[in-house]
Amino acid sequence: MKLRHGLMAAAAAAAIAVAAPAVKAETFKYAFQGNLSSLDPHSLNETFLLVSLGNIYEGLSIYDDNLGIQPGLAESWETIEPTKWKFNLRKGVKFHNGNDFTAADVVFSWQRALSEGSDQKVRASKIKAIEVIDDHTIIIETPAPNPILTSDLVFIYMMDKEWSEKNNTTSATSASADNTGNYANLHSNGTGPFKVIDHKADVKTTFDRNTAYWSKIKSNVTKVEFTPIKEAATRVAALISGELDLVYPIPVQDWKRLDAAEGVKALAGPEARTIFLGMDQSRDELLYSNIKGKNPFKDIRVRQAFAHALNLEAIKKKVMRGAATPTGLMVAPQINGFVEELNTPYAYDPAKSRALLTEAGYPDGFEVTMDCPNNRYVNDEKICQAAVSMLAKVGVKVDLLAQPKSKYFGKVLSSGGFDTSFYLLGWTPGTMDSENVLSSLLSCQNKETKTGLFNLGNYCNPRVDELTKKVGSETDQAKRNAMIKEIFQIVKDEYGYLPLHQQPLSWGVSDRVTVSQRADNGLDFRYVVVNK
Amino acid sequence: MQSVIVMFTVGLIAFSMFRFVGDPINNMVGQDTSEQERIELRERLGLNDPFLVQFGRFSLNAVQGDFGLSYKYRVPVSEMIAERMPATLELAFVAAILSLAIGIPLGVYTALKRHSFLSKLIMTTSLIGVSLPTFLTGIMLILFFGVVLRWLPTFGRGDVIELGSWSTGFLTASGLKSLILPSITLALFQLTLIMRLVRAEMLEVLRTDFVKFAKARGLPNRLVNFKHALKNTLVPVITITGLQLGSLIAFAIITESVFQWPGMGLLFIQAIADVDIPIMAAYLVLIAFFFVMINMIVDILYYAVDPRLRADNE
Repeated sequence: MKLRHGLMAAAAAAAIAVAAPAVKAETFKYAFQGNLSSLDPHSLNETFLLVSLGNIYEGLSIYDDNLGIQPGLAESWETIEPTKWKFNLRKGVKFHNGNDFTAADVVFSWQRALSEGSDQKVRASKIKAIEVIDDHTIIIETPAPNPILTSDLVFIYMMDKEWSEKNNTTSATSASADNTGNYANLHSNGTGPFKVIDHKADVKTTFDRNTAYWSKIKSNVTKVEFTPIKEAATRVAALISGELDLVYPIPVQDWKRLDAAEGVKALAGPEARTIFLGMDQSRDELLYSNIKGKNPFKDIRVRQAFAHALNLEAIKKKVMRGAATPTGLMVAPQINGFVEELNTPYAYDPAKSRALLTEAGYPDGFEVTMDCPNNRYVNDEKICQAAVSMLAKVGVKVDLLAQPKSKYFGKVLSSGGFDTSFYLLGWTPGTMDSENVLSSLLSCQNKETKTGLFNLGNYCNPRVDELTKKVGSETDQAKRNAMIKEIFQIVKDEYGYLPLHQQPLSWGVSDRVTVSQRADNGLDFRYVVVNK
Repeated sequence: MQSVIVMFTVGLIAFSMFRFVGDPINNMVGQDTSEQERIELRERLGLNDPFLVQFGRFSLNAVQGDFGLSYKYRVPVSEMIAERMPATLELAFVAAILSLAIGIPLGVYTALKRHSFLSKLIMTTSLIGVSLPTFLTGIMLILFFGVVLRWLPTFGRGDVIELGSWSTGFLTASGLKSLILPSITLALFQLTLIMRLVRAEMLEVLRTDFVKFAKARGLPNRLVNFKHALKNTLVPVITITGLQLGSLIAFAIITESVFQWPGMGLLFIQAIADVDIPIMAAYLVLIAFFFVMINMIVDILYYAVDPRLRADNE
């Protein structure tokens, strides 16, 4: 019996070898610290998951390796009215099961992204209606003029209507109990260059090359194996031993080890994530401070004193091993709307800082508690510790409360009632556009308009709010960028936030492969090449 | 009856601790998800209910074998645990065999040849075995055998074969190779413990009168040492081994996370980071269940080994 199987397998292998002699099997194996929790493209709005699924599923537009927007399942598009976009869908695209990709699938996928349990509602609600002209032409209507619609479309992945209906997965996989056994949670059927052949969440996922892919890609990989490895030391060992071709993230303190080892190297680059400190500027009395009856952070001189007390170069050198990019702006250079001349950090000047504190009426400083995650960003707790000691030098006694991210976010986010006075946070705008930062971090907290929900210290300036609204609907890029610049200027002049740096991406790569490191820490298989 | 109370208590304690591990919602949605949706999700998951209501609901479902859906993976927890259990049990089984197969002979040897150089060497080395933390042993083994020599895989389970719902690594070369390092890591502590226990018990028994009489009767040494002496050391050894088998399963957590061994322990430790309450609860109750079962088996084994216990009952 066994022998017969073996023979059949050998025969099958021979048949394949004859049919496609040009393609040599190239397997690419990699590991990440987190896992692919679901294969459902609408289940969770998390960068790692979405970028990984981007190898299986695709949107109407897609990112290239520089996060530039390229035509994806839509061949081209044009704005016919400020709120109406015409998309010409790509012809001849097939899902992995062989079904054709048509306009009906777009409508279906959009509705699924809006369904109960979907975590993509924010993106999907940027579309008000979809009008089908014919099988390969649609008109998307937006609720308001939206200059960055195509960035939102990157992560609204297209699913096959027929397949979803057949497998009874017409709504997104939800965490609540009334939606068990969603087929798309463990199975997939996309249009992407790779398809999943085996998926055990948290153990291993195996991808095979989709030979019928609509576009030529750089990659020569035929099979990909993904394993989540939680322990950093184990990841590094697996890379050096040659079992894996790529692992990430690598602790920055391990770079030297990789350089010393043969056949592997550290691959570093700036991530599009900005790490910054925020201060409670809205309460009349800080929740965690020895100053009663008033809020020192309402005084711009105090915020200024904090800014000048922080030595970003020292944090870069000592904490981040030279691998961070100190910044003066709330967005990274990769983000649309970045302003080069505003990116100079606040100068390090402890003497000035002390003078400002004295002027503000705190010659002996004051006490405040700082909230900090300890397993979310690169060296997050160490950054906070460094900030604490720098602030101590100008007389401010900071009591550090560093906690795991689950505890930390439960406390400081809106669900915990913004329970913080001083905190460290990191942010990458999901759309790769400044507008997301303006509305989430820089606008006043407002539950009705759903803006400023991550503005934990409630920095608030009506002019910023007014401009942000205009930025949201201005379609003239030059005008729009001018307004973004004005906002960043205001926030900088008012010391609304204290940006620290862009943290480094830290990958470990074997010399056997060439990969492209995207600034959102994503791995796109399309650019993975096994060296000959 | 006692077992039920034990498991109920474990469930209660475990459940009351979950409130301190953080808010699960933030791990379940992306940063752009609105406040309104987060509140609705909390409500749907029943996280706003009073503690006792949540615990009552959990116990009621758990009794029927339903541990709910994992928050993160959105599949039934019982399925996930069943999928992971073979990995942990195989690892614990191999580790237990290793520690018994090596620990008992070494214990006997060091007891009989107390003053030999080899005995002293074994005793000293065993001190290292007890005092090194599992994490460190694991990493060191990985570095030496995986990275420097490249003989053995550094992580994972290798290829597995599915036998019905049981996935086994015993039947493939890579599966067996992958077992070596983690099982040694896991066994090391137990091995030294068993060895030292057997040695101490043996020394005790060798001094007793019946051994002296046996020797006086002219019985061969081998028979005295293994038939009479060793058998009499086994009661405490069985107790400890039984309890240790429980801890092999429970403490495989560290070994599993060092070797990325896809067992229940790894699932649990990941669940803590994700605040995946259903997985945590199910795991802890299951571990309590294992301990209860093992204790029961140990009690039964006593009867087999110790004739006095059987005599008392008759």
